Amino acid sequence: MIRSELITKLAEENPHLYQRDVERIVNAIFEEIIEAMAKGNRVELRGFGAFSVKKRDARVGRNPRTGESVAVEEKHVPFFKAGKLLRDRLNGHDG
Amino acid sequence: MAGKTLTRMDLSEAVFREVGLSRNESAQLVERVLELMSDNLVEGGQVKISSFGTFSVRNKTARVGRNPKTGEEVPILPRRVLTFRPSHLMKDRVAAGNRR
Repeated sequence: MIRSELITKLAEENPHLYQRDVERIVNAIFEEIIEAMAKGNRVELRGFGAFSVKKRDARVGRNPRTGESVAVEEKHVPFFKAGKLLRDRLNGHDG
Repeated sequence: MAGKTLTRMDLSEAVFREVGLSRNESAQLVERVLELMSDNLVEGGQVKISSFGTFSVRNKTARVGRNPKTGEEVPILPRRVLTFRPSHLMKDRVAAGNRR
């Protein structure tokens, strides 16, 4: 399923909404999650999962082609952990 | 880092601000989006949200694990796990936003 299929499905289920509003709704949800993480916040969606930011320390990396050492700066990366309910559902427990 | 935790309520609030729906309907739509994504994953599908990321299900084979406390061997059954691969856009925005 891709973003547009999600929007189409949601629009079909909500005939009282304009498709372009459904599009804005779906986009607003994903945008809010990215914005939260960009501010260093966590987004916890019980049953589904949690989005958080992990810090990667600065390190000395190596250019794999030349073998040359390069300094890699500290950085922050997005992380997602599936919630218990979803993990259980993936493995056939509960409906 | 701020270290605040957002929940469904904050997402509903974002939807509420974006379109002129009631708070209640906004909350229901957020819930439905999560359900549609979950159902698709449970059915074994991939959920690909452009400029956000891709959720996919991977099959793990059985292996022998060990209880780290007691050293006891325990079988780990085959199972399905969910992985999320953030888009480049998300990675860039998260990296830029958290840079000191």
